[in-house]
Amino acid sequence: MSNHDIGKLAEPEEKVYTTLNLGPTHPATHGIFQNVLKMDGEIIVEAEPTIGYIHRAFEKLAERRPYNQVTPITDRLNYCSSPINNMGWHMTVEKLIGAELPKRVEYMRVVVMELARIADHIICNSVIGVDTGAMTGFLYIFQWREKIYDIYEQICGARLTTNIGRIGGFERNFSDKVWSLIDDFVRDFPKGLTEFSNLLERNRIFMDRTINAGPVSQKMALEYSFTGPNLRAAGIDHDVRVMNPYSSYQDFDFTIPIGTQGDVYDRFMVRQQEMWESLSIIKQALKNIDRKSPVFSGDVPEFVLPEKAEVYNNMEALIYHFKIVMGETEVPAGEVYHSVEGGNGELGYYLISDGGRTPYRLHMRRPCFIYYQAYPEIIKGSMLSDAILTMSSMNVIAGELDA
Amino acid sequence: MTLSIVLVTFAGFWFPLIMAGLVFAVSLGVAAYSTYVERKFAAFLQDRLGPSRAGPWGILQPLADGVKMVMKEEIIPNVSNKFLFILGPAIAMLTALMTGAVIPWGPKINIGGEWFSLQVADVNIGVLYLLGVVSIGVYGIMIGGWASNNKYALLGALRASSQMISYEIAMGISVITLIMLSGTLQTSEIAAQQHGFWADGWFTWNFFKNPLTFLIFFICALAETNRTPFDLPECETELVGGYHTEYSSMKLGFYLFAEYVNMFISSAVMSLFFFGGYNFPFMDELSNHPNLVAVIGAASMLIKTLFFVMVFMWIRWTIPRFRYDQLMNLGWKILIPLSLANLVATGITMWATGKIG
Repeated sequence: MSNHDIGKLAEPEEKVYTTLNLGPTHPATHGIFQNVLKMDGEIIVEAEPTIGYIHRAFEKLAERRPYNQVTPITDRLNYCSSPINNMGWHMTVEKLIGAELPKRVEYMRVVVMELARIADHIICNSVIGVDTGAMTGFLYIFQWREKIYDIYEQICGARLTTNIGRIGGFERNFSDKVWSLIDDFVRDFPKGLTEFSNLLERNRIFMDRTINAGPVSQKMALEYSFTGPNLRAAGIDHDVRVMNPYSSYQDFDFTIPIGTQGDVYDRFMVRQQEMWESLSIIKQALKNIDRKSPVFSGDVPEFVLPEKAEVYNNMEALIYHFKIVMGETEVPAGEVYHSVEGGNGELGYYLISDGGRTPYRLHMRRPCFIYYQAYPEIIKGSMLSDAILTMSSMNVIAGELDA
Repeated sequence: MTLSIVLVTFAGFWFPLIMAGLVFAVSLGVAAYSTYVERKFAAFLQDRLGPSRAGPWGILQPLADGVKMVMKEEIIPNVSNKFLFILGPAIAMLTALMTGAVIPWGPKINIGGEWFSLQVADVNIGVLYLLGVVSIGVYGIMIGGWASNNKYALLGALRASSQMISYEIAMGISVITLIMLSGTLQTSEIAAQQHGFWADGWFTWNFFKNPLTFLIFFICALAETNRTPFDLPECETELVGGYHTEYSSMKLGFYLFAEYVNMFISSAVMSLFFFGGYNFPFMDELSNHPNLVAVIGAASMLIKTLFFVMVFMWIRWTIPRFRYDQLMNLGWKILIPLSLANLVATGITMWATGKIG
């Protein structure tokens, strides 16, 4: 018997790996997507993502829908910040038909969109906490998300999939209750956010867990065309609100927080800081909005429903009412791209119209789809726990990923 | 009269049996109500209500949970090893309940002129027995996780076993330090040495003699009971349910229950080793009423124990958990060297102050 047979250690290439199916239903995947991981103990050797579990063919659906009816589809993209998706779509159509909106409406949109951004970041950051095992911070900060949802509810009647606003403005003016709810939120939220920050930001275990976990370099982020907080965490100050202002964002004074090495902690901190910035934007907008003004939509009669009294007494109003309700509004032919800074990155709508009542083709640039392409590369060689944290800190939402 | 004579005559036989039943019942009862207290406490910390439907303030919730667990369908996966699958939770529960035997729950009581210690078995190697039984406990988790034939369960079992084995070393060394201080392995003797609260110009409780040992022991106890921040074996966001992913019905209940029993027992051990056990300040003033001392002593033991149970819960709902490698780093690179240094320092101090023979 030769020595080779006794106590021979496995060579690296002879290693036996385990396959672990992370998902489609796993408590840590926020939505339904699967990762087939090749594991060496706790270390991930290879990851292969599977997507499409909740693909609902939104882009195809949009081709058969009148413009107003595409809005509910956009709700279901990133359902943590539906209002931003809704208003991004409205602005795209407005760009196509060349509608100009009054400042008041644009500021009202800014208020709602920044509230949505705060809600989105609340979910992402608190879930990072949950995935590190800190449940309490999650429950503390979630009360504030409820308050934001109360505001949505007062504006449009819905909480999660809001379908808020219309092409050309809002469906109705903000009531006094809405203004008072927003005032309360702006007044009280700093307390809640500070409490949450105190729980996690300087927590030794939390920092150990998140610093250097799932880092994304600037080069990699740019190559994968990352946007939003994930790109800013890598240290690149790109923000659609500043680079390509829409809805009067140029009127507001705010800073773009950036990170240094794009790890989970940086992404967390960038989002934390963005919540403060959003709050400041809301304050600025509130200062400049005339609350008593009756203007809540622009002069876009072919998309904004006229008052009922008008409909009963006025020929044109009756015609527009009929055309809007039946979805028969004709839109000029054209090609337009419009993007907004969504909750987790640049959400773009590329719309081609060949005239008629429905889009000819609509493509949605969904940031989650792009982040998820980079996910296997980011988690390669890291531990399982880090992979989970990376996923939650990139805020990959299955609804937006699969569309 | 005859009855009492009979009782006293055979007391040496029946009293430990009664104590065993009592310890068993108290451990289970406290564990059951720890689940309720844990949920209420978490609710209090998180601005929620917690269980509130079963009985007033939800006080019957543990019973409802127990009934639910027993009535649930028993699912044993086809691909599992059936015998080991059942053995796992049984070992976990058995070892959790065995540890209570050597803990002195109170001072000796006097019944009909005879003295009885409130302890099931006053063995002279009580500390070794504790450590031994605790280290068997890991088999319950390992076997259960392995027998499930589920990768998440296996990962959980791997984490649990490596974690518990690693932290046992630091725990063992800190216990050695304690044994050096007290010079005995008998738990009743350790309790007796911490008599009262103040003697010879210093506190009698071991905590005040060597707080670092307590700190190391406490951290290791958290790890041994798989509580936050060391709850990696069952962290739901990574491993779904950890080692008990495949378990259902009362077998799952046994695992969950064993965790709470372990928590109760390790809290009792901490109060026994470091906080005087059943001793309380000014107990000598009452020395004319030994049974009163016994009752207050048992109560003080229970209060200290429950205090530590609450600390366990408080920690769980406050801080995040470690990553696997950080856990190992803390265990091997910080706690073990620290406990060794503590051991050496204690030895040198004892030698220098002439407390060593």
